[in-house]
Amino acid sequence: MTATSVQATEMPRRPHRFIRFLKSLALLRESYIGMFGAVLVLFWIAMALGADLMPLRDPLAQSAPDLLKPAFSPSPDGGLYWLGTDDRGRDILSRLIHGSRLVLFWSILATVVAYAVGMMLGVMAGYRGGWWDEIISFIGNVFLSFPPMVLFLVILTNFGPNSRLGQYIASLGFGGTVVSGVIIIVAITFGAAPQVARIVRGLVLDLKTRDYIAAAEVRGESPLYIMLVELLPNARGPLIVDACLRLGYVIIAIAVLGFLSLGLPPPDPDWGKMIAEVRGFGAMASNAMIWPAVAISSLVLGLNLLADGVREISLRD
Amino acid sequence: MLILAGRRLASMILIMIVISILLFLAFEGDKLALAARVLGQYSTMEGRLQWLEVNGYNRPLVVRYVSWLFGFFTGDWKVSAQFNRPVLEFLAPRLANTAILGLCVFLLTAVISLILGVLSGINEGGLRDRIISVISVVTTSFPEFAMGTFLVAIFVFWLDWLPGSSSFNNGFSWIELILPVSVLVIFNFGYYTRMTRASMAEVMTSQYVRTAVLKGLPFKQVVIKHALRNALIAPFTVMILQLNYLLSGIVVTEVFFAYDGFAKAMYDAALFGDTYVVSACAMVAVFVAVLSQFISDVGYTYLNPRIRFA
Repeated sequence: MTATSVQATEMPRRPHRFIRFLKSLALLRESYIGMFGAVLVLFWIAMALGADLMPLRDPLAQSAPDLLKPAFSPSPDGGLYWLGTDDRGRDILSRLIHGSRLVLFWSILATVVAYAVGMMLGVMAGYRGGWWDEIISFIGNVFLSFPPMVLFLVILTNFGPNSRLGQYIASLGFGGTVVSGVIIIVAITFGAAPQVARIVRGLVLDLKTRDYIAAAEVRGESPLYIMLVELLPNARGPLIVDACLRLGYVIIAIAVLGFLSLGLPPPDPDWGKMIAEVRGFGAMASNAMIWPAVAISSLVLGLNLLADGVREISLRD
Repeated sequence: MLILAGRRLASMILIMIVISILLFLAFEGDKLALAARVLGQYSTMEGRLQWLEVNGYNRPLVVRYVSWLFGFFTGDWKVSAQFNRPVLEFLAPRLANTAILGLCVFLLTAVISLILGVLSGINEGGLRDRIISVISVVTTSFPEFAMGTFLVAIFVFWLDWLPGSSSFNNGFSWIELILPVSVLVIFNFGYYTRMTRASMAEVMTSQYVRTAVLKGLPFKQVVIKHALRNALIAPFTVMILQLNYLLSGIVVTEVFFAYDGFAKAMYDAALFGDTYVVSACAMVAVFVAVLSQFISDVGYTYLNPRIRFA
């Protein structure tokens, strides 16, 4: 008994969790597609983090003489409008880069919240079974059966900036962006959490027949411990790939809300709203319309390729 | 089979009822605002109150709901507040428009994705497979409104070949259908191509395909006679599920091209607070969703001989 414990301490220490995480990331080198996706995503993350460090114009500053200028047109301050200007003479490049911060911040937060709620519900339904499963699955099915846009609109009209929830958040001293952002998170959570719950439930139904769960039950661990420490970490593989794809969907959903003017309030540089704002100007606005579309497509493409690369590597071993 | 159908039907009706109750509760809040939108912002308060009274919006919610539910099952879908027309009469032409759009998209997506999926699945890992796989990831990454923006910029503003809106103002025209159909096909075919590819690749490694190749059949015959039949079961059943999306999920495309379809009608009604139209639309959408799931399940059972003869 003592001999084994001495032997155990002399084993080489496993590298720290973070080191192992970095090593598994390095595996991505083997997939060119995954690498390309990672580069695209990292590019936008760098843009979002470094927006204030770059010599950009104020994304909200309007300039009356420079409306809907094409790309590379000279600006009155002697420089260039690299990507042109929008219908109020605002610099598109600056709005895109500052907008990436909004897009990434709110979409990541919404995905995390939706995942947290979905995982809790899914693991409860899968592990507890019985009535828990019936009720959670039924509620999930109700929300999945809603036409997605109607679900969003119901939530936005009932919890929107003019509702009691919106007024309450505003009374705490937050601006319009935060009020709208919180409501977007609520709407995304209602839409995405049931799907996450369904995936997690399926994984848990498989995992809970394993011996280590039986061992934990025999040890007398609480159900909460089993769900959080034994079940969820072991379901992470497929969930990481799904999270990558779902972040892409959430980015699209937020941009769609922006495009339909249901998202973040003006004058925030939300990519979807940037397209909607200039659409009415027709051919004159084609330059101002294209760049936000390029930005959102490249970010979603990056996430999809990254998910592909991760899946390819995880299937290999 | 009958038991499956019965259970599906029961759960569908339960879900429809829960959704309609939720919708009635959700739109209950701003009845006065609804009256103001109907009568215009300069209408008097008395006028608004009278409008609510005359159109029966002042009855208790439960009474209105039960009367709506009864009417829904007997074919009386009430009157739209926004257009002052019977809901059924208002929705029918829009459903027809969406059916045209949806059918075109469905057929094109099915043909393109089955052909590409089979071509790349036959030779998994080859150059052709890699190219098709990359194309299908790239095209699915363009959100509908972004792809719409690109296509409009190229074909409407630059080349001036196609009209930028598809509202059918001068009657039905195929040329106005091209852009919305292309946007939806481009956005959707990648997913089904990958599905077909995975299924085909799995079948190609199966023992009966290896046997067929080893006994000396021409490769073409092996693919068409042995592999295809089995490879197409899974993608076909998944494609049926797409019908649900094509009915209510294409709001953005319909709004982008001002296409007067079902999804846009539902979106406009929800913005307006037109409870009867939204509820009716949601019911139709849920019905189609459950129906397509059922067809897909039955189709899978029927197409797969292992299940059919079991």
